Amino acid sequence: MTRAASPLEANAAAALADRRLQRALAEVPGGFAAARERAKAALPEFEALRRAARDIKDHTLANLDLYLEEFEDNATAARTKVHWAPTAAAASDIILAICRESAARLITKSKSMVSEEIGLGARLQAAALEVIETDLGDYLLQIRAEAPSHIIAPAIHLGAADIAADFRRHHRQLPPERDLASPEALVSEARGVLREKFLAADVGITGANFLVAATGSAIIVTNEGNADLTLSLPKVHIVLASIEKVVPTLEEAFVLLRLLARSATGQEITAYTTFVTGPRRPQDHDGPEACHVVLLDNGRSDLLGTNLREVLRCIRCGACMNVCPVYGAIGGHAYGSVYPGPIGAVLTPALPGTHDGGELAGASTFCGRCESVCPIEIPLVALMRRWRERAFASGSWRQRGMLRAWALLAAHPRAYHLMARLAVATLHLLARGRGAFSRLPFADRWTRTRDFPAPQGHTFQRLWARQQRKQPP
Amino acid sequence: MLAKIRAALRAGPTDESRRRALEARRAAPVRPPVPARARVPEPERLAQFKACLAAQGTDVLPVAQPSQIPGAVADYLRAHALPLRLRRGADPDLAALPWQDEPALVVTEGPARADESVGLSRAVAGVAETGTLVLASGPHNPVTLAFVPDTHIVVVRCEAIVGGYEEACERLAAELGSPALPRTLNLISGASRTGDIAGRIVKGAHGPRRLAVILVEECRDQRLVP
Repeated sequence: MTRAASPLEANAAAALADRRLQRALAEVPGGFAAARERAKAALPEFEALRRAARDIKDHTLANLDLYLEEFEDNATAARTKVHWAPTAAAASDIILAICRESAARLITKSKSMVSEEIGLGARLQAAALEVIETDLGDYLLQIRAEAPSHIIAPAIHLGAADIAADFRRHHRQLPPERDLASPEALVSEARGVLREKFLAADVGITGANFLVAATGSAIIVTNEGNADLTLSLPKVHIVLASIEKVVPTLEEAFVLLRLLARSATGQEITAYTTFVTGPRRPQDHDGPEACHVVLLDNGRSDLLGTNLREVLRCIRCGACMNVCPVYGAIGGHAYGSVYPGPIGAVLTPALPGTHDGGELAGASTFCGRCESVCPIEIPLVALMRRWRERAFASGSWRQRGMLRAWALLAAHPRAYHLMARLAVATLHLLARGRGAFSRLPFADRWTRTRDFPAPQGHTFQRLWARQQRKQPP
Repeated sequence: MLAKIRAALRAGPTDESRRRALEARRAAPVRPPVPARARVPEPERLAQFKACLAAQGTDVLPVAQPSQIPGAVADYLRAHALPLRLRRGADPDLAALPWQDEPALVVTEGPARADESVGLSRAVAGVAETGTLVLASGPHNPVTLAFVPDTHIVVVRCEAIVGGYEEACERLAAELGSPALPRTLNLISGASRTGDIAGRIVKGAHGPRRLAVILVEECRDQRLVP
């Protein structure tokens, strides 16, 4: 057995050996990435919108306190109750208290990565409340007791046959011999089961894609319409949103909305984009009687004054993971964090309670495809490098010593030449005419999965110098 | 929390110059870029709106004038073998239609009930940029009609087809007589759908399985008359 140095390494090894996962990864993220390319090509203003989006986010973050205050004032004027939650635990406490106050038993929930971040579902269930995830992907994961593996397609790692088996196991009230062979049949069954929950729910919890300071609104986008049933049928609606979701005006929200769906799934816009402002109005015949917005910090304000603040520009489209060669090889679960992929590598270590010392930032080839598709131009590579620098500063003496020795050597060309010539000559001798090593002491982590090419006697620099002499410029 | 944010931003709570800077920015905003496709003139605008609806799989039922709406609705329901029952809000435009012309069609008023099969709403605007219907919640058009029934039918006048989302908001403010938003402002672009099962798009995830737009052309023709 080979020893894995970290959970990420062990997870990655397991993911690479998981054939079902590899099949899903071969199709879905690449499909999203191709659709994004087509959507971008169909919108000549895409790059101009990206720059505008970046400026909007930077401006908002530089004035975050004032925009949050404006949001609170306008939301309150629309009879929304705004709550401030500095920590994950505080947010869960607030939501649990609202559920208890309204004597809730059944809670419907639409997609919210922030709720995953704070472990809300488990907290409510521990308080004997029934919580139903209504995004179809999230529902599949809930009945399997699994975590999301992608931020917008949480169940991409599952096949239709897996889901059919889960439904037979979980929906015992339905006839056992029913046909579940097609995705249509599966969707139809989930629709029927979840519709009863929507209609019976006491409290609906949604996330928010954006909060609009000027109107006190939350913007929620879905394709399924589950958020709309969640926020219009129960008597209480709770929005859980992190503080960086705020944007100044509707007009600026439209810039971000024009980028969001195109970057996420390649759609021009999702089927439903909903601006919700407060509870039902006096003359309304439907809608909740109370509306709450819980604003979560959970480590974000610590990033504001640092060279990692660009993380807070993120609008959670998932484009970075769709193009990432590392995500594409190991999938989202291997990261072991709520947020996977490149954005997860830079956001996760900033969240309190995560014990990642920048290890996730190591899971990158620094190829830069992630930042080339990021709709808000987050410098993901530079941010990952900053986490690596932090990891280096707190790394083991052995690792730091080796890197320092390497830096010393690289900064002294004569010493470097000498060492390179020695190493190449030694390896050439050891190879004894073979083209490659299948095993090499001290480099078994390389040779475990591939051959190490044997040097052919001379260093590159020497060969280069010789060739330059032959062909004078 | 705000104190912590201010500390991180190195800003004081009484820093009035920052507040004034934001007010000045709001008063004279730098307009963000609006795509050309959100600024198309007529008649391309209507054609683009229809093309976007077709690409979403939304059915389009053109009628020359509002009095033809009950007939178009009844024909559509019959063509899809749907029950001839319809729920609508108190919208005066919808209430004023000659429903008596279709005696077989049972029309009731109010928010959606649990077993509702067909909901009818009027859109404040249609957005040509992406084929998006803009609905404002309220007693006139209860939001549940757009999400609970299996079939959602939306009436929109050709003169209400605008280029982009920004213009739709202007129309909404003009109609409501206030810039304040309704409880929900719904941008609807196609029927409910999901890609969560093996990446395949399936319609009718939680909301309507079917979306139809009744496009009323009369108003535009009237405007063309000098």
